[in-house]
Amino acid sequence: MLAVDVVKRLGNFALTARFQAARGVTALFGPSGAGKTTVVNMIAGLLVPDRGSIALDDTVLFEDAGRINVPPYRRRIGYVFQEGRLFPHLSVRQNLDYGRRMSGQPRDLKEIARIVDLLDIGPLLDRRPRMLSGGERQRIAIGRALMMRPRLLLLDEPLASLDATRKHEIIPYLVRLRDEAEVPMVYVSHAAAELRQIATNVVRLEAGRVTAIGGIGLLD
Amino acid sequence: MLELSPAEWTAVLLSLRIALVATTCALPFGVAIGWLLARKEFWGKILVDGIVHLPLVLPPVVTGYLLLISFGRKGPIGAFLADYFDIVFSFRWTGAALSCGIMGFPLLVRPVRLALEAIDRRLEDAAGTLGANPLLVFLTVTLPLALPGIVAGAVLCFARALGEFGATITFVSNIPGETQTISAAIYSLLQVPGGEAPAARLVLIAIVIALAALIASEWFARRAGLRFHGE
Repeated sequence: MLAVDVVKRLGNFALTARFQAARGVTALFGPSGAGKTTVVNMIAGLLVPDRGSIALDDTVLFEDAGRINVPPYRRRIGYVFQEGRLFPHLSVRQNLDYGRRMSGQPRDLKEIARIVDLLDIGPLLDRRPRMLSGGERQRIAIGRALMMRPRLLLLDEPLASLDATRKHEIIPYLVRLRDEAEVPMVYVSHAAAELRQIATNVVRLEAGRVTAIGGIGLLD
Repeated sequence: MLELSPAEWTAVLLSLRIALVATTCALPFGVAIGWLLARKEFWGKILVDGIVHLPLVLPPVVTGYLLLISFGRKGPIGAFLADYFDIVFSFRWTGAALSCGIMGFPLLVRPVRLALEAIDRRLEDAAGTLGANPLLVFLTVTLPLALPGIVAGAVLCFARALGEFGATITFVSNIPGETQTISAAIYSLLQVPGGEAPAARLVLIAIVIALAALIASEWFARRAGLRFHGE
C-alpha cells in the first residue's frame, strides 16, 4: 500500500496530492501539466516535497515533520521513464542487470528467465540500446526496473513516445505484467483509451489537485 | 642520419616519462576540478576557473618563476615537502613533471568539463532509482559517458607536457639526464656549431610522437563513439 500526501510548489505551479494506491495498477490520469510526473518523481525520491509524507507499506519514505527523506537508491522503487533512459554505454543485458548489481542482490536465474520471457526480450540481450526500436527500448526499460525486484513500479507515460502500432505492441505485455507480477504499479498517462486496458484504480489529477478517486469508470 | 646518440635517447625517454607522469598525476585533479566546474555552483567559481586557465595565458617563464619561488628548495611549499615528505622538485625530473602537469592542466580540464556538461543528467537519476548510490552513479554512468572527453583532455595534456619548454627550463633548468627534455635538448643543440643534424633528428621524433598521440586519441574517440551509438 502506497500512501501519498504531499504539497509542492514549483515556480507558479502548486501541487497538492493525497491518495492511496493498493495492489493492481493505479492510474494517475489527467491532462499534461496537471502535475502527474511531479507526483511520481516525489514517490521515487527524485524530487523533495515541501510538506507532507509518503509511505510504502510500513516504510516511511518521506516525512517533513520527522525529517525523513530516504534517498532514491534506498527506496527500491522501479521507475520506467517516458524516454526509457537506457544506459547507452551498456548492452541490453548489462542494462537489465544494472539494478541487481548496484543493490548487491544475488543473481536469480529463474527470475531473470521469467522476466525475459514475460517481456519477450530474449533475442535483444546482446544488442546496444541504440540498435533497438522504440517499443523494444520500452520493454527493456520495464525489464530493467523489474529486475531490481521493486516494491512498487512507477511508469511515467511509458507509451507516449511510441506510434499507435508500437503502443498496441506493448499493451499486452503491460496487461501480462499486471496479472502475473505481484508488484503494485502507478501508471501515469493522459490517454484514457490506454488506461482503460491497463488500470484497476484511477486517481484523476487536474491543475495540481486530485479531483477524483475511483474505478476505471472515471476514465469515461 | 636516424641513428640516435645515447644522449639523444636519454632526452627522448625522459620527455616521455615526464609527460606520462605529468598527465597521470594531473588526471584525477583534472577530473575533480572539471566536475566541480561543470556541476557545482559555489562562491569563487569564476576565480577557480581563472586560476585553472592561468597557465594558458601567462608567459611560461612567469609560471616557471612562480613554481621556482613556491616549490623551489627555499620556497614555502618546496621546503615543507622536502622536510616532511622528502619530495624534492627543484632541478629534478619530478619538478619538470610538475611544471608540465600545470602547463597542461587547463587543456585537460576543459574537455573533461564539456564532456560532463553534455551528459544527460536524467540517466544519473535513472541509475539512482535502480539502487546505485551517488558514488556508484559516478563510477558506472558519469565516468564512462565522459570517457571520450577525459581521453581527449589527457591527450592534449600529454602533448602540451611533451612540448613544454619555458616554464620547465625556468623552474628546473636544462640538465642532461635529469631535466633535459626533447625541447630543451633541441634548444641546447642549436646553440652549438654542428648541432643541426642531431637537432633535426629530435625534431623528427617530436613530430612522430605528437602525431601518434593524436591518431591514438582519434582512434579511441571513434571507438568510444561506436560503443555508445552503435553501428
